[in-house]
Amino acid sequence: MIFPSLFERRSDLPLEGDAARRFLPWLVALNVYLAVLALAGLMVIGDSVKRWDRGLSGTLTVQIPPLSDDNQAKAAAANDARLRRSLEVLRETPGIASARPLDRKELANLMEPWLGSGDLVSELPLPALIDVQLKQDGGVNVAGLAAVLNAAVPGATIDDHKKWLDRLVLLARSVTAIAAAIVVLIVSAAIATVIFITRTGLSLHHEVIELLHVMGAQDDYVARQFESQALALCLKGGAIGFVLAAATLLAFGMLVGRLGSQLLPPMDIGPLQWLVLVALPVAVALVGMLTARIVVMRSLARLL
Amino acid sequence: MAASGRCLFTDEDALSVVRFQNVGMRYGVGPEILHDVSFALAPGSFHFLVGPSGAGKSSLLRLMYLAGRPSRGLITLFDCDTATAPRDQLAELRRMIGVVFQDFRLLNHLTVFDNVALPLRVAGMAERQVLDYAEELLAWVGLADHMQARPATLSGGQKQRVAIARAVIRRPKLLLADEPTGNVDDKIALRLLYLFEEMNKLGTTIVIATHNEALISRFDHPQILLEGGEVFVRAAPGRAGADPRGA
Repeated sequence: MIFPSLFERRSDLPLEGDAARRFLPWLVALNVYLAVLALAGLMVIGDSVKRWDRGLSGTLTVQIPPLSDDNQAKAAAANDARLRRSLEVLRETPGIASARPLDRKELANLMEPWLGSGDLVSELPLPALIDVQLKQDGGVNVAGLAAVLNAAVPGATIDDHKKWLDRLVLLARSVTAIAAAIVVLIVSAAIATVIFITRTGLSLHHEVIELLHVMGAQDDYVARQFESQALALCLKGGAIGFVLAAATLLAFGMLVGRLGSQLLPPMDIGPLQWLVLVALPVAVALVGMLTARIVVMRSLARLL
Repeated sequence: MAASGRCLFTDEDALSVVRFQNVGMRYGVGPEILHDVSFALAPGSFHFLVGPSGAGKSSLLRLMYLAGRPSRGLITLFDCDTATAPRDQLAELRRMIGVVFQDFRLLNHLTVFDNVALPLRVAGMAERQVLDYAEELLAWVGLADHMQARPATLSGGQKQRVAIARAVIRRPKLLLADEPTGNVDDKIALRLLYLFEEMNKLGTTIVIATHNEALISRFDHPQILLEGGEVFVRAAPGRAGADPRGA
């Protein structure tokens, strides 16, 4: 392959006139559009999992169910006492860096995605939550701590988020695998398109190819004409597909931002990730070029 | 000279430019078109390839310019066995051969200039040199004013001149022409033959397939006669007692 000659405009083969070849940029554009969206989705999911993992590993959440009593003041005093007792137990436990009770506003924020931001949250008897940060090498025995805490404050439970995180990681991995498979399928479809169009070109122009052959053209000379055409058309299609996908992602990001929903992950794509997305159409074009070359070289090898 | 594998040929030293030994050829599972064809062309020779229509003249030429494989026998070009030569060397051999096709085979999507320049570009010549060579040759064949024209706009005679210019631009060691006078009047046909004679005097080995007996009779060159799929080499009319199976 000689890269400087890839974009030479002169071609001995009238490839520009092929009807099938005219569709190649649009087919590649569609493939790249879908592949960029799938890859961007993969990135967003990956980032979200990392954020959740960072936010939850090394932490515990202690939940103290509220006591109910007809006398609300009495119940509030008992609940405060249970919270204080829990904090005492936690702060006395080695390996715990900090234990901080969540205030009423933070509890309301946690419930907002499900219950909205109305007055309903403030009227509900919510459990008290304590955010516990563990020391890095604390080695806290969660089961033992739960038993001690439960003895001191009946009904208090500890959640180390492990079960939830494991499920989440499994889900995220499944989604990532599906998205990666989609990208592979889309790139395979692009390769199949290039193979079909190159074979059609070889068949349509076999007389010209035979003439070049008779003149002493090496296989590489003929292959370069096909590969430079494939590269140019795939780059053109890739650029169209990428611009449309970028516009879709930006529009979707704005929509998610406007909704302000905490259930949807933020559509934050960093500069490095954009660079990877830009590289995708370039990679597809290079794969298209290589595919055209391999198809031509293998086909010409059958000639004398 | 190497008999198999990569040939270390130098065309100047070649004992024969073309050598066929017991060559047979058939298309697919059809009948054999050429049977036990054996002949050799010495460097600098000039032959007419004659025979009735359908005798296999074009097939014989195809074997000579390496566009087809024989079904049996041995073909050597410039003392190089074409059956065992590597692909890249076959391409080198082809570059030493110029071909004028009966139907010209000009590329209609290219200009006259680009058609003539094609063999030079295929050989990887620098574009500056391509320009010089092609312009000079097109001026020589009287088509300097038609360099940017498309072949479809040319007359039959003009197309023929483009085809000949393309065949000779790389100064081939072997020139093969399939009915080059078939589409032109006798005057132009005669001029073409004189042109081929001039090239022959410069050392090019020439084989011209033609039906034109009147034209052949005006030149004193041996003939390769194809009849019933077999080859007979006839001496030049002006000579007597030539070898019936060799040149």
